[in-house]
Amino acid sequence: MELLGSAILILARWDVVAALLVGSVGGVIIGAIPGVGAAVAIAILLPATFSLDPIVGLSALLGIYGSSMYGGAIPAILINTPGTAVNALTTYEGTPMTERGEARRALSLAYSASFCGAVFSIVCLILLSPVLAWIAPMFGSREIFLAALLGVILVVLAHRGQILLAGMMAGFGIWLNTIGLETLQYSQRYTFGQTWLSGGVDLIVVVLGVFAISQAFVLLVEPDKRAHAEPITGGLLSGFKELAVYKRVTAASGSFGVMMGMIPGVGEFTAQFLSYTYAQKTSKAPESFGKGSPEGLIASEAANNAVPAAAMIPLLALGIPGEALTAMMLSVFYVHNVIPGPGLFQNQLDFVVAIYLALLVLNVLVLVFLLFSTNILLKVIEAPTRFIGMAVLTLSFVGVYSLRNSAIDCAVAAGFGIFGFIMKRFSLPIVPIILGMVLGGIMEDKLRTSMMRVRTPFDFIDRPIAFMLFLIIIIVVASHAFGLWRAFRSSRESGR
Amino acid sequence: MTQHREESIHRPGVLIFITLFVLFAIFLLSQLAAETRLVPNAKLAEQPRFWPAIGVLSMVGFGLAQIALSWRVKTGWDPGEVAVWLRAFEYLAWFMAYVAVVPVMGYLAATVAFTTSLAFRQGYRDARSLGAAALLGLTIVLVFKTGLSVKIPGGAVYEYLPGPLRSFMIVNF
Repeated sequence: MELLGSAILILARWDVVAALLVGSVGGVIIGAIPGVGAAVAIAILLPATFSLDPIVGLSALLGIYGSSMYGGAIPAILINTPGTAVNALTTYEGTPMTERGEARRALSLAYSASFCGAVFSIVCLILLSPVLAWIAPMFGSREIFLAALLGVILVVLAHRGQILLAGMMAGFGIWLNTIGLETLQYSQRYTFGQTWLSGGVDLIVVVLGVFAISQAFVLLVEPDKRAHAEPITGGLLSGFKELAVYKRVTAASGSFGVMMGMIPGVGEFTAQFLSYTYAQKTSKAPESFGKGSPEGLIASEAANNAVPAAAMIPLLALGIPGEALTAMMLSVFYVHNVIPGPGLFQNQLDFVVAIYLALLVLNVLVLVFLLFSTNILLKVIEAPTRFIGMAVLTLSFVGVYSLRNSAIDCAVAAGFGIFGFIMKRFSLPIVPIILGMVLGGIMEDKLRTSMMRVRTPFDFIDRPIAFMLFLIIIIVVASHAFGLWRAFRSSRESGR
Repeated sequence: MTQHREESIHRPGVLIFITLFVLFAIFLLSQLAAETRLVPNAKLAEQPRFWPAIGVLSMVGFGLAQIALSWRVKTGWDPGEVAVWLRAFEYLAWFMAYVAVVPVMGYLAATVAFTTSLAFRQGYRDARSLGAAALLGLTIVLVFKTGLSVKIPGGAVYEYLPGPLRSFMIVNF
């Protein structure tokens, strides 16, 4: 109780409340604009939050992270265009519902499913806290190294159909992170005698380039797209009543979201896929899926909104981000010298609980905002895409230039913008670059530290958690290799 | 999703992009000895060369494997795709021009000029759209520089303003 009181005290400040409000409302608006998304917004806002208190900056970013998918459901349902990539599955059910005149019902279901999925996930996070606080101190350098290695492997393997490319990009990220002065032996790495490379390549510069500037280029080179959505009449609270009818699907989807969110590199897409498949297989009307099934819509929205809170678990407990957005948030922690990991749970548990509470509050704020402002958000959906591209490019400047007022940073970010633009044109994997950079740094640091106490390779896995992580890595890689072998064998047999 | 990903790597131009990337990786690999140090008597994990080698070898290894797999799929060559890439370079030039102008004109004037002229270039010629672009520039400056006090220095032209106004402009715009 004392802990809860202390956490409430951390949040009970006008600047934290303002950050939550701006973040959550801004996140919904950004999510509702097709082609922008939370990654772009967080990348742009990241440097601006460095001057704020950690809890204020994190509240704003969490607001965007947690609320963008609510907003993304609006264009997915009304104009068959997902606001964020993870709302793509929502279009399968939302658009047919809109076509048969059930737009209000679809939106209401999406809002209520999103809210329930998110709250379910936060409750799980709070309940898991004591367990995490107990387990986290068991993670030493070698366990964190193995967890980061597992994260890289999972990120690469999660890109089915593009695994080789994802591996190549993860390697690129690992290499990028090594540029500059290395602090153990004080040697320069890949600086080519250029002094501006001595400080290394800043993660934020890369993030802004590959997410924000590249997206601005994508929007600017494409012809203008203008959508039109009909205004919604009537209340949007009825979805909660209907959700009670489908409580099994809601709970299962939320659970998939929590489980997949906790595993680095897996995230929303897998959670959605699993919950959607589960909902279809257990439905009394599986034939209605893809034709406007409320169960399908609930499965998609509850699962993807359950992920953000769960994705905070590896970040807070181990300091290991599972995807690009939490990797960006990690830099906010580092800037303020708050090091996420086992120590955070031991020494600043009230801060962790404050983050959980902030997540809870922002979901309430978003729901209230959406109940009253959906029709206003339709104007945002109708904004011309090239105009939005222009806004993103202008905002990207603030993000890069405010870091250290360097025109070189801007040029590097613009270079990564072109790189990201081409990758986006071909739908190639970008996230492994960012995770390669972040996890590469963690792996280098932790491997060095752990090797000081290791004499033989077996010493590395002589502790229970290290051994378990090692076993998981072996199982993951072996099962993937087995899957590849089976696919190869069946393709050869079918070719005969 | 998987099928979409597989299809996307067989689009015209992808192989060229991957080949260029792998050539860059091979260049990095050729520079590994020159650009990183090998410390005598240090453990492998403590070698400054270890992690750059892991990164570059992953780039080369996975990249070559991808090229070997993609080679048999005839994706062809689409000059239109390269034209789109080049169009993006125009906006890169706009962005860099904006970066160059801010320290001279100041953040407010440069941003309003950038958004308005870029909107004009985008084909928005009516007063309402251009006004909206100027308003967008103004809002961005007011939110970030005036409101959030992000670190963007005042323009060189502010030096010509009288004392109190100069300070006001440097702090807020």
